[in-house]
Amino acid sequence: MAEVAPAEVGHGDAHDDHHEESFWSKYVFSTDHKIIGFQYMFTGMAMALIGGYFAYVFRMQLAFPGSSIPFWGTLSPAAYNSLVTNHGTIMIFWVAMPVLIAAMGNFCIPLMIGCDDMVFPRINRLSYQIFLLSAIILIVSFFVPGGGFGGAWTSYPPLSAKAEYNSTPFGAPLWLIAVTLEIVAFLLGGINFITTTMNARAKGMKIYDIPMLVWMIVIASILFMCSVGPLVAGAVMLLFDQTLGTSFFDAAAGGDPVLWQHLFWFFGHPEVYVVLLPAMGIVAEVVCVFARKKLFAYKLILFSSIGLGILSFFVWAHHQFISGVDPRATYLFTTTTLLISIPVAIMLFAFIATLYGGSIRFSTAMLFALAFIAEFLLGGVTGIWLGSSGVDIYLHDTYFVLAHFHYTFVPIAIIAVFAAVYHWFPKMFGRMMNETWGKIHFWGTVISFNGIFIPLFILGSAGQHRRIYNFQNFPDLAGQNMQDMRVFATMCLVLMLAFQVIFIVNFIVSLKRGEKAGRNPWNATTLEWITESPPPHGNFGLTMPEVYRGPYEYSVEGREKDYWPQNEKPEPEKI
Amino acid sequence: MVHQIIATGRSRTGIPTGRLAVWWVIGSEILIFGGLIATYLLNRFNHGPSWSVEAANTNTFIGACNTFWLLTSSLFVVYAHAASERRDAAKTRMWIWLTILLGGFFMGFKTYEYATEIHHGFTLFTSNFWSFYYTATGLHGFHVLCGMVILAIIAEGDIKKGRNWHRVENIGLYWHFVDIVWIFLFPLMYIAK
Repeated sequence: MAEVAPAEVGHGDAHDDHHEESFWSKYVFSTDHKIIGFQYMFTGMAMALIGGYFAYVFRMQLAFPGSSIPFWGTLSPAAYNSLVTNHGTIMIFWVAMPVLIAAMGNFCIPLMIGCDDMVFPRINRLSYQIFLLSAIILIVSFFVPGGGFGGAWTSYPPLSAKAEYNSTPFGAPLWLIAVTLEIVAFLLGGINFITTTMNARAKGMKIYDIPMLVWMIVIASILFMCSVGPLVAGAVMLLFDQTLGTSFFDAAAGGDPVLWQHLFWFFGHPEVYVVLLPAMGIVAEVVCVFARKKLFAYKLILFSSIGLGILSFFVWAHHQFISGVDPRATYLFTTTTLLISIPVAIMLFAFIATLYGGSIRFSTAMLFALAFIAEFLLGGVTGIWLGSSGVDIYLHDTYFVLAHFHYTFVPIAIIAVFAAVYHWFPKMFGRMMNETWGKIHFWGTVISFNGIFIPLFILGSAGQHRRIYNFQNFPDLAGQNMQDMRVFATMCLVLMLAFQVIFIVNFIVSLKRGEKAGRNPWNATTLEWITESPPPHGNFGLTMPEVYRGPYEYSVEGREKDYWPQNEKPEPEKI
Repeated sequence: MVHQIIATGRSRTGIPTGRLAVWWVIGSEILIFGGLIATYLLNRFNHGPSWSVEAANTNTFIGACNTFWLLTSSLFVVYAHAASERRDAAKTRMWIWLTILLGGFFMGFKTYEYATEIHHGFTLFTSNFWSFYYTATGLHGFHVLCGMVILAIIAEGDIKKGRNWHRVENIGLYWHFVDIVWIFLFPLMYIAK
């Protein structure tokens, strides 16, 4: 426990060596973890708008094939492929990852563990700059000759490897370079998160005193690091195939296209848990605060998430049941896939048990957290069907799969993120968000979300395949009742997007006119709430906090207040 | 002027933050090289004889020389670390520069080797064996090159000015890792025929 000099005083005098910060050095080239967190968050939100716009365009095409789409025009088949591909890519790599891991990790980890910044502030800044570069490269790839890459976000060769198949000679390599750079950015960020949490915790914070969100981001970072390495190697190989003409994945020249699928899904499935775990952490924090209860089974949740992480490396081939993997292997992967639902279920049940007997307050953040539990449950349960190889062979690549993973990813990347934004907005910007508009936004988002994807479950079980430009070309899929469901889903999507306008307006208006939040508007116990809102440079002023107890001491018997902050000195005579 | 961050100075695990981070970097690198080597092995097992015929054309002698240079350089970087523990700037810099010199030998031999292979018609595109050969050894060579640059920066930017002594140990860890990758590549690419 070597505490290295200088002594633990904060940066109350930080202004002396930081005079006259210009806009650029304060907001663009800052090494402050909070600013970098905002950069990630706003970049992620901007990318979410692009991804949502893409979804709107291709859903309009499916609902009203061939007609001119407002704010786009007529959609060509090539552009349709490109939109579908980049919608998936953006939503996972440029929305879920930056907002859930990078923004939450950057903003919350140093505040929650009680230190003044990440351990490597400049690497942190570099990580965002690489991420921004990757986003710019991806956006540029939409406008190069041939258009953006259209070979699906999974990028299977040979479609992705040869320009004569995918007709995007520039879009495909740019897409791959952008994804690889994004991965590099998150490797840098992840090492920073892990090292910070291991080494820079406040005095007295033992490992079971770490808030669940911090644990989850750290475990997710380790998962990401362990799963993404082979994909980096695979991405280099695919890039060589695309640009230099090697044949790593070309069966005709002795390569193996299924190899890419293994490398991709060896990353791709743990990736689901990489984004799921921070969402679980957010829900854990929000549920405890608004149920005024200690988190049920802290250690069980922690060990489940570690078990989930280990197990997630042994499920990848359930994406490849019809790719020619050995049928005997499908038994193994079916078994591991069904097993992995156990730790997830443990976590969800622990959150429900936390609610039991609590004094629940339905704030907007709490509503979103509860909606996460309910909606993710649907995604998880349908996953059990798809994990069974017998069922999956029939449902593979249908809209049932599509609806299933949107029922996991939308709760993770949209609903849990909204819970986080409504919960931490007062800490981030020092003002409260409007709860009434928040609740309108909540109901509009969640109801329309179900309206989009429940019809798609039905369409999928009726055999509707993914990645098809116009279903009217297929007599089996062109029936009026099926088309009606497509129109309904599209209308719900438009509705869901429209409700996000309320959020954006509420966000901006609250930034300027919201009620002043004070230090601890929710009466929460974790360390980020003991400092000012927004926290100053150096986070905790003159003295860094010390920790005396676990993170969820709510409604402790015999205490006057129903919350007991982690940093409050114990008073032995009173207890 | 970057002011001192409290977080960077803390060490709850007892391991200095810089070293801890280097271990995590090495962990992620192991998975990148591990993925590459694993796919190479799977391909080689699947293709058997045809790959052995191709592999017979690699230059084992140069590979062995390069193994010798790298292993010796690892010894030198250990001496550099020992000298840095004694805060002996002159000795530390000498051993670091000797390490860089052997890294340079490695890169020089590698260049000659690539040139002769290409001259004999074995390019990146000849077959999948050669694609793997150039990708794996090329990625490794890139790591050697990066290590040499960082070593030079530490010798001239830090040790010469008598600061950041801990960086010698950190780059030593990385340098050993690059060696160990070569210990895997050498038998897989040069010995197994």
